[in-house]
Amino acid sequence: MTPLLDDRVACAAVELDLTEDQAFFAQTTRKFLAAECSITAVRALESSDDGFDRDYWRRGCELGWTSMLVSEADGGGSLSDHGILDLVLVAEEMGAAVAPGPLVPVSVVASTISAHGSPAQKRTWLPGLLSGELIAAWVSGDGAIVEAGAQADVFLVTVDGEQRIVAAADATISPLVGLDLVRRFARVEISADAGEPIGGDGERELQIAVALQSAETCGAMQRIFDVTLEYMADRYSFGRPLSSYQALKHRVADNKMHLEASHAIATAAARAIAEDAPDANEVVSAAKSYIGAIATELIQDCVQLHGGIGVTWEHDLHLYLRRATVNRATYGTPTEHRERIAATIVGAA
Amino acid sequence: MSEPIEEFRGRARAWLNQNMPPLSPAAWDRRAEGRRAVERDLQRRVWDGGFAGICFPAEYGGLGLAPEYQDVFSDESAPYDMPFTFNLPTFSILAATLVDFGTHEQKLRHLPAILKGDELWVQFLSEPSGGSDLAGCLTRADRDGDVFVLNGSKIWSSGAAESDYAMCLARTNWDVPKHRGLTIFILKIHQPGVKVEQIRQVDGSMEFCQEFFDDVVVPVTDVVGEIDDGWTVATRLLTHERSAVGGHSKYISGRSIGHDPSNDDDNTIVQLVRDLGLEQDRHARQLVAEAQVRQMVSRALIDRVSRGIAAGAASPASGAILKLFLATGVMRRTEIGLDIAGEVAAAWPVQEPHTPGQIMSEMSLWRQGISLGGGSNEIQRNIISERVLGMPREYAADREIPYRDVKRTGG
Ligand SMILES: Cc1cc2nc3c(=O)[nH]c(=O)nc-3n(C[C@H](O)[C@H](O)[C@H](O)COP(=O)(O)OP(=O)(O)OC[C@H]3O[C@@H](n4cnc5c(N)ncnc54)[C@H](O)[C@@H]3O)c2cc1C
Repeated sequence: MTPLLDDRVACAAVELDLTEDQAFFAQTTRKFLAAECSITAVRALESSDDGFDRDYWRRGCELGWTSMLVSEADGGGSLSDHGILDLVLVAEEMGAAVAPGPLVPVSVVASTISAHGSPAQKRTWLPGLLSGELIAAWVSGDGAIVEAGAQADVFLVTVDGEQRIVAAADATISPLVGLDLVRRFARVEISADAGEPIGGDGERELQIAVALQSAETCGAMQRIFDVTLEYMADRYSFGRPLSSYQALKHRVADNKMHLEASHAIATAAARAIAEDAPDANEVVSAAKSYIGAIATELIQDCVQLHGGIGVTWEHDLHLYLRRATVNRATYGTPTEHRERIAATIVGAA
Repeated sequence: MSEPIEEFRGRARAWLNQNMPPLSPAAWDRRAEGRRAVERDLQRRVWDGGFAGICFPAEYGGLGLAPEYQDVFSDESAPYDMPFTFNLPTFSILAATLVDFGTHEQKLRHLPAILKGDELWVQFLSEPSGGSDLAGCLTRADRDGDVFVLNGSKIWSSGAAESDYAMCLARTNWDVPKHRGLTIFILKIHQPGVKVEQIRQVDGSMEFCQEFFDDVVVPVTDVVGEIDDGWTVATRLLTHERSAVGGHSKYISGRSIGHDPSNDDDNTIVQLVRDLGLEQDRHARQLVAEAQVRQMVSRALIDRVSRGIAAGAASPASGAILKLFLATGVMRRTEIGLDIAGEVAAAWPVQEPHTPGQIMSEMSLWRQGISLGGGSNEIQRNIISERVLGMPREYAADREIPYRDVKRTGG
């Protein structure tokens, strides 16, 4: 038995009530991903340097993946008034497919350049990021690991609330080996005087990164939850389906509760950013600390419900577990985000 | 045309400020004697001010407005003492069920009286023989011309001693399978033949009651819904209960749903951290934040599930997700509270009632009550797995046989 996950069941969108445009956009992305990055295709990228195919990325960009957070004046544009609400749909679909591609870093950097860049910075970088010819990465803080760091042509560097734009040529880059089969990280060293300053302080950047990451994790969780539910109906033990055992049904019910709660707070985070809500930082951190912690638990439980096949290389569950684990660990751990929330309640540490 | 919502908000704010007392832990003590009398008076004020029953039909004394108006009023009422007890179960469960299934006469008789604060209602569902298996009810109602005669016993009915009416589930037919021989009655609580006994709860309060029925006469006109089809009514009642307890009933007025201070325990947790000088304690900071995250997720989940149900994208049974999240959240938050409180949860000064340590530790004694009342966590998990997710139903030994032949607790 080869339990491949290619026959994807429809994935419930983060948002229950999408506009027609959004539903169409999500569906286009889903179809594109189904055609372009089946699990087999994703697995095949494991040994590649970049972890994604450049042509695939360019065609994703044609669908609008990188334009949602860039203003129309700068050549971008979104479906709703707030591009983040559209972009989380892409992130969720990518999670459901454990798809490759530097969606988070490119979105963060493109958004910052569009919001704060000089005309020259915009001219130099935006057209390439929009078309997918260029890749960007975000260096957030000293010594952090950098997603797509070795693939990037340009870096946004945030240190102590100050931001700069630095061309890759001015950075020293050491690629890392990562847990996710297709998501690449690197260590990036940049001298203090390299590049040019740009506005923004890293808060908005973190909000966007966490909102996209949360939506992606939700997509991955939803997919694994659905697959496990089907599996439990098909697999028999002691003459009856696994799904008929109350002890297991109750665990599935708990997982369903956590899944819905995760979708709910992921949506709340995207909305808080879109509305520029005064508590946006807090809602985003709530999303990360809740989803980050629950996703790995939920997927591990689904591994358990699969039995031995769940801990094999052959079964696709581990691709999702890898993605959820990496998402948990990057852009602030649940513990770090709880600390941010504590600071708003009882004062800074 | 309804009043523009911001005008409504302004009017509500001014009125609340003029007419309602401020909220304080002492004002809102679930164990305080005479609290229900205070609440009847508070509800009467709300009625006289023209803010009662915002989402109830205008024909029966309500305002017939959209849920947004209720939301606005509830927001504005947060700083005030409100008739919280009326929210659960009177408004959100029993009046709600009456709106759905009552006859015109029943609604005329009771809904305005409820909204004026004259009638508190309770549920007579659970019995000594079992609460989860509600359709296994043993209280009997035998038809005699224009009346039914009721015999049996109900238990765990919260607040019955101080309330006026109940919706009572009773068996009217023993020759059919269990779900098909039940009927719901409107029952006056204080009347000949009904004996009400109070039961002390773990935290010392006297909310719980047991009732004994001895040939109680109920007119046929007090049947809600159809005779022998009480299960349909009961199912709707339970759906209302799940939405109410889960936090998305449009009939709830104010930000709390009854004599349950659980909504407040986050403030209590923060207060504890301050009182104990733990602001810089790493562990305490993590716990405070975790409690806060739970609350934020809870609000987002209520919003998602209510919109999902309203739009038909989620099954109405999804209310069980909210109830389970609430109950397991209370379990976790009381644990967090105890962890932070340390020894102030064990003893407190004589002269200082309602210290955060006391509130937290008593909340924790009581915490499983929330995981049991309104359908236990296990029953919610059955509902989520079977009715929301379509997993196979549990084997039931009592399906499709006449109820008189079903095996029961005690033989
Ligand atoms: C605070 C509070 C307020 C209440 N208010 C009211 C009220 O106003 N009116 C009223 O009528 N009742 C009320 N109840 C009663 C409540 O509805 C019952 O306690 C509840 O339904 C459980 O029934 P039981 O106590 O008989 O326990 P049982 O039904 O005997 O259950 C015992 C244990 O077994 C589990 N269990 C039972 N059946 C199953 C199953 N099929 N699958 C898995 N596990 C199962 C239960 O979850 C529970 O843990 C209240 C209870 C509480 C705690």
